[in-house]
Amino acid sequence: MTMAQETARAARTRASGRRIRAWLRVALRFARRRPLGAAGALIILVMLAAAVLAGFIAPYDPLTTDYAAMLQAPSAPHWLGTDAFGRDVLSRIIYGSRTALIVGFCASFLGASLGTVMGVASAYFGGKTDLIVQRFMDLLLSFPLIVLALVVVAVLGTGTLNVILAIMVPMIPRAALVARSSALSLRETPFIDAARALGFGHARIIFRHLLPNVMAPYLILLTAFLGQAILLEASLSFLGLGVAEPVPAWGLMLSGAAVEFAERAPWMAIFPGIAISVSVFAFNLFGDSLRDALDPKLRVS
Amino acid sequence: MRPMYRSTRLLVLTVLLLIAALPVRRSFAAQTEKPRYGGELVFAVGGTPPSFDGHRETTFAMLHPLAPHYSTLLRFDPQAYPKIVGDVAEDKWTVSRDGLTYTFKIRKGIKFHDGSDLTSKDVKATYDKIIFPPEGVASARQASYGVVKSIEAPDPYTVVFQLKQISASFIANLASPWNFIYKADILAKDPRWYEKNVMGSGPFVFVEHVPGSYWTGKKNPNYYMKDRPYLDTFKAIFVRDTAPRVAAVRSGQALIEFRGFNPAAQEDIVKTLGKEAVVQESPWICNLTVTINSEKKPFNDPRVRRAMSLAIDRWNASKALSKISLMKYVGGVFRPGSQFATPEAELTKLAGFRKNIEASRKEARALLKAAGVPEGFSFTLKNRNVKEPYEVTGIYTIDQWRQIGLNVNHVMQEEGPYFNDLRQGNYDAAIDFACDFMDEPDLQLQKFLSAKKSPLNYGRYNDEVLDDLYDRQSRLTDKAERLKVLRQFEKRVLDEQAYQFHILWWQRIVPHWTKVQGWKITPSHYVNQDLRDVYLK
Repeated sequence: MTMAQETARAARTRASGRRIRAWLRVALRFARRRPLGAAGALIILVMLAAAVLAGFIAPYDPLTTDYAAMLQAPSAPHWLGTDAFGRDVLSRIIYGSRTALIVGFCASFLGASLGTVMGVASAYFGGKTDLIVQRFMDLLLSFPLIVLALVVVAVLGTGTLNVILAIMVPMIPRAALVARSSALSLRETPFIDAARALGFGHARIIFRHLLPNVMAPYLILLTAFLGQAILLEASLSFLGLGVAEPVPAWGLMLSGAAVEFAERAPWMAIFPGIAISVSVFAFNLFGDSLRDALDPKLRVS
Repeated sequence: MRPMYRSTRLLVLTVLLLIAALPVRRSFAAQTEKPRYGGELVFAVGGTPPSFDGHRETTFAMLHPLAPHYSTLLRFDPQAYPKIVGDVAEDKWTVSRDGLTYTFKIRKGIKFHDGSDLTSKDVKATYDKIIFPPEGVASARQASYGVVKSIEAPDPYTVVFQLKQISASFIANLASPWNFIYKADILAKDPRWYEKNVMGSGPFVFVEHVPGSYWTGKKNPNYYMKDRPYLDTFKAIFVRDTAPRVAAVRSGQALIEFRGFNPAAQEDIVKTLGKEAVVQESPWICNLTVTINSEKKPFNDPRVRRAMSLAIDRWNASKALSKISLMKYVGGVFRPGSQFATPEAELTKLAGFRKNIEASRKEARALLKAAGVPEGFSFTLKNRNVKEPYEVTGIYTIDQWRQIGLNVNHVMQEEGPYFNDLRQGNYDAAIDFACDFMDEPDLQLQKFLSAKKSPLNYGRYNDEVLDDLYDRQSRLTDKAERLKVLRQFEKRVLDEQAYQFHILWWQRIVPHWTKVQGWKITPSHYVNQDLRDVYLK
């Protein structure tokens, strides 16, 4: 290795170190100024770690039934007890975080992204396009979130992919509405006029100039939707319209045998219920703090 | 020593006599207790009637509210099930020497709720509709009466059934609780009138139906049994979900739910009602089976199907699932405990019924390997979106198949799409069910016949051997001979071909308020639902 290469490598290492330190500083500042948001972020991180490392940290296989250990109360071998099939509740909660996060992330990412693109495009083109897109969004918005999701599941059927689609659809108009309102003011700014004057195409203006400028509301929407998506997935699974047994999913753990054995084995419903509440709470806390941090008006005040 | 020995003997004898006398006294008291007239029975029904026509429907949700309005030709004696007695027919009937002509005398003085007389003309019109339905009229059990050549009504109080061949199950089929006797004149004008209207000759007259909410009936003052019914009125409340249905019984909003609850619900009800609760239990002529699409690869290979049956530990399932669900009894194609049931010693020789599950699973793995099915092979199990007992059984079965290296995706569907997929062959394997009103091979074996012969067979296979065995057993009146053929049928369907195989048979548990008297549980939730003997204490 030449001297120049070594110097370049050392420079890259220093630069990456500086970046990490900068991120750490940002994180610390965020934690100091918004401790609730930081607590939310910590819970989300724990959840993410549980989902990724489920195979290593879960004490049992979430699908393995053990009929000798049916409906066992929390004890040393089963910290959170067992369900009606003798399956370990803790292991199913840990693996259930995978289902919650996969469905939550995919549905909110797709919903928020599609909605933002549609909202920005609608604001950019204006006129009849805007009118038609917005009336369609109004139509979708007239249905409550859960009702629209139920309609989509009823049409497409159950299963993970269909549940993602069912949760994604009601989020599109909500994201579109927020993104459109931000993009409307941006559309009139000189740099967009300049881009037009330079002969840039519509796609380039939308994706390269408008979308990056609505990133703040997009990120806020994404985190807000995540909590909602997890709750919606749990609701659909509880109603028997989400993922099917024996897949570990929090909403599913609350239904069926958990209802029937609610008096005899309350831990079957309590712990997945806590998992849902805590995760939604965490996403809401983090989302609110992120909004406060990214909103220039709130930042100034 | 001698007097003391004698006195001890006397004491033991007295205690034994007292113990023996206790249940006798109680049952004697129960039998001789004078039924009380009056009151309203409120019961819960876990569904709503799709139509009001018993001849076309197959759900208890139609039968439970509607059976009190109708009579049938024969009926099962609920106090001595499966003994068959007359309902509109007199208790004695004649069968010709060749076994092809059955003659029934109709009771005189039976009136429809509109005041007209019920005669043999009405019985003939009813059975003509069931057996030879006009075009556009659905008859769910038409296939069960394929042996009937003609029905005649030579005089107003005589009905004659002519058969094409001897049938061992014909009389039992005439006691079907679905075969409501309809009025001939109404059927002549509109054979579908009974789909939306009610007019029978049963112990209760129809009063009101609020769709999705309740159904009411009042005492028929002209019922042919002068001392029945005991109740003034009845009200059926429709509650689809189990939890609110249990709550309805616990709170006394409903006094009984006739279909039955699972052990958890039973425990809840008994705990709440205390001494006010009584629990009636019975085996149930209902089971869940695994149906496999024999047209799809690799399921068209009998080795694969056999392996799938071998993997299921039914004996352990019986112990475990009976604590949390309706599933309980290990049995072949006939209800365990019934006169046709295969003895355990013979049953345990069939694939999937052996007690050494490890050996069975070893054989299953070898069969899959020989059939070229790789480890971790994935397929879909379609199931009804009903928690109890479908989901429970689905979870158990999937877990059992995992243990021989099969990876199963569980798809739970609403009733419409589920049956649609099964009928069209759009599935790999499915959890299917069968419920009958009596233990009768002609009924229980129908779903295993060739697909071209039986619309109940979703397995999409045709097997002439099975069809031939079915026809043979149906004609045999000698019980021993019939059992021999039935065993051959069972071996072929469950062991050699494993087209479809049973998981478990159900247990029927009906916890109810002690106020409800005169109703006795039977192995079928379709039988004994006319409420004529029911009274409130």
